[in-house]
Amino acid sequence: MRNFGTKILSLSVALGLGLGFAAAPVDSAQAWEPKKPVEFVVMAGKGGGADKAVRFIQSIIAKNKMSSKPFSPVNKPGGSGAEALIHVKNASDPDHTLMFTLNSFYTTPLRQPSLKVNIETFTPVGRMAEDTFLLWVNKDSGIKNVDQFVKAAKAAGNKWIMAGTGKNSEDNILTDFLNKAYGLNMKYVPYKGGGRVAKELAGNNANSTVNNPSEQLGFYQAGKTVPLAAFTPTRLPLFKDAPTFKEIGKDFVYFMQRTVVGAPGMSKGAAAYYQGLFKKVFNSKEWQGYMKKKSLQGEFLTGDALMKYWLVQREVQRGMLKKMGAIK
Amino acid sequence: MEILSLLLDGFAVAFEPLNLALIVFGCAVGLFIGAMPGLGSVNGVAILLPMTFLVPPTGAIIFLAAIYYGAMYGGAISSIMLGIPGASTAVATTFDGRPMAMKGDADKALIAAATASFVGGTISVILFTTIAPPLADVALTFGAPEIFALMLMAFATFVGLGGDDIPKTLFSIFIGLVFGAVGLDIVSGEPRLIIGGIPGFFHGINFLVLAIGIYGIAEMLWTIEVSKGDVMISQASVSVKRTLATMKELVGTWKTMVMGSVLGYFVGILPAAGATPGALMAYGIAKTGAKDPSSYGKGNINGVVAPESANNAASTGSMLPMLTLGIPGSPTTAILLGGMVIWGLEPGPMLFIEHKEFVWGLIASLYAANLFALVINIAFIPAFIWVLKLPFTILAPVIFILCVVGGFVPTMDMHDVWLMLVFGVVGYLMRKLDYPMAPAVLAIVLGPLAEPALRQSLLISSGSFSIFFTRPFASAIIVTAIILILLPVLKIIYEKIKKPAAA
Repeated sequence: MRNFGTKILSLSVALGLGLGFAAAPVDSAQAWEPKKPVEFVVMAGKGGGADKAVRFIQSIIAKNKMSSKPFSPVNKPGGSGAEALIHVKNASDPDHTLMFTLNSFYTTPLRQPSLKVNIETFTPVGRMAEDTFLLWVNKDSGIKNVDQFVKAAKAAGNKWIMAGTGKNSEDNILTDFLNKAYGLNMKYVPYKGGGRVAKELAGNNANSTVNNPSEQLGFYQAGKTVPLAAFTPTRLPLFKDAPTFKEIGKDFVYFMQRTVVGAPGMSKGAAAYYQGLFKKVFNSKEWQGYMKKKSLQGEFLTGDALMKYWLVQREVQRGMLKKMGAIK
Repeated sequence: MEILSLLLDGFAVAFEPLNLALIVFGCAVGLFIGAMPGLGSVNGVAILLPMTFLVPPTGAIIFLAAIYYGAMYGGAISSIMLGIPGASTAVATTFDGRPMAMKGDADKALIAAATASFVGGTISVILFTTIAPPLADVALTFGAPEIFALMLMAFATFVGLGGDDIPKTLFSIFIGLVFGAVGLDIVSGEPRLIIGGIPGFFHGINFLVLAIGIYGIAEMLWTIEVSKGDVMISQASVSVKRTLATMKELVGTWKTMVMGSVLGYFVGILPAAGATPGALMAYGIAKTGAKDPSSYGKGNINGVVAPESANNAASTGSMLPMLTLGIPGSPTTAILLGGMVIWGLEPGPMLFIEHKEFVWGLIASLYAANLFALVINIAFIPAFIWVLKLPFTILAPVIFILCVVGGFVPTMDMHDVWLMLVFGVVGYLMRKLDYPMAPAVLAIVLGPLAEPALRQSLLISSGSFSIFFTRPFASAIIVTAIILILLPVLKIIYEKIKKPAAA
């Protein structure tokens, strides 16, 4: 059930729907193009920020006919992205396997050396954005600023539930930061995907979350949840009333990459094709509009520059995980 | 009454010529995709999503909804005719649908499935129309404890499913739970039960692999053994007279249909559940509440009606969290969600307010799709019956090929095909030893839903089980579950007391 999108080819042949996916003979002199549907693995569950972005990108590609073959999103949320990493690492057809990654691209291999995943072997395709984080509470709680939040969370002790997306994930790192910075003892409860997390807060099954804007936007607009502060260098245009943690004396900034990664062993021709394609997607008016609407930031990065960015980020994450005691 | 007029406006949208044509075409495509083992509504919607950019957004979603509905109908067809679940949602339909076909009542089973699907669709649309917005708020408050309670109830309804041999039933449930635990742990992220370090186990054991192995391969081996090489032809016929007789019989199952529809709708609404657990639960409850539970699994028409009404109702129900919370209740609605975003319709709490005409157009088209799927399905019954009249020497290889394709397609991984063949052989041996298989299938579906919910609940409560009894919804469901678990035990005690008294 979960890999719904990947069998377009076999299906259309089997059912004779005549959708015209027959593989045409490829002239070797021509630039590389996908010969079958491209599997687009999402490192997270359905309804979260990454999932929404992937489905949007897929639609941009399809709508603007940027690729002759469709892109099929496949969710592999298991084990904070471990399932996706293993799947892409072992991809039988690296030229047709892409992955949309989060920061678990760094943290999961660091935490689980037994997976034997080395991100330096993956193919850098394109960083589409950097997502931001805010601290959210339910409107019913009456909490309006970080001071009130700290007071309430302190009083509740370990009964204060912080919902997040997986053990030692981005959300866990931020929760850990808040616990340390304010002397709190919030309890971290992992759920499958940021969409679920956002829903748990809106339904009062959690006391607070550190969702991305895209995940809470719907509930925020419906007046169910409130952002208290942002983990960004400057205030986000969408949430002008929420100060940054820097403004209130805790200098902590945290971004999450939204990056397209190719499978290890992808051919040069295929890598060049996808790098060009995602640059087009990044520059499309749909994606630019999406970034603005969802409070996404950052420039397009690709190739060696992107690999360099990964290596720097990996060290940043390694430092944070060490501080948390998650790794040695 | 405002909602009613909105729905009527919706019907006006659904019956525009282009939209109507899309509904009919979508239903027919969905029916065939659903009938192919391993392919369900998910596949149909995924394949045809790019095509929908050719028509306006409302038409596009109407088309996808029609495929969704058509596939729900179609899933029952191969469950009944070949004993292989056509889609994950139709697993429970094989329990009684297949025995009915073996008895020569395939036409009856097909009509029952189509009619129940129609009733399930109708009731769920009515429920959606009348109480959708408040229910969205209820679905929102459902947290981990409530989901676990619900899953426990689903298990409870299946206590009696394995027949009288309780140790063998428990064995079957536990083996299913173990298979369900394979893969990566959601809470800690650690790999579990990666047997022999084979990478194919990282994605877990897809329950369709188990279901197709058991119901397809094992069933085929069993039939070959029983027929001992004789050319066996199933008796099957279809006539107006028999159809009318079936209709009469179906009137007697109205209670099961209503139960299945209402249950399916509510289970469908919950973001974590969906149509497959809904159908399994409906089957379990129908059996638990029946006067003659022992006739289930041997071709009881109620055993077809319950899951089929529930899975269609659930497919409407799963639209609700998708539209109002932006959280898909089923894999298919997840794809619909993707489509909606590109059409500029952002699902979420604001959708009902900002895009009313779209929401109600969709609901009305679901209803229209329901009607057309019924008509198309019934019209094709003679063609389906013809398949059953093929000699088994021809049918067996066809079943085998369909099983292999069905095992391969969901993950495109040969690992799953080998695993399915192993399950087929083991399932055949277990059948010879008289182990019930349905509880294992149930456990592999519900285990991965129940386990994280249990652990999240206990994390929240610091390990105290009181969390399941202090929240109103959770405690009501859990108490029901406990009663359901005790019911068969009480029945046995009651009969034991009664027997000596009668003798």
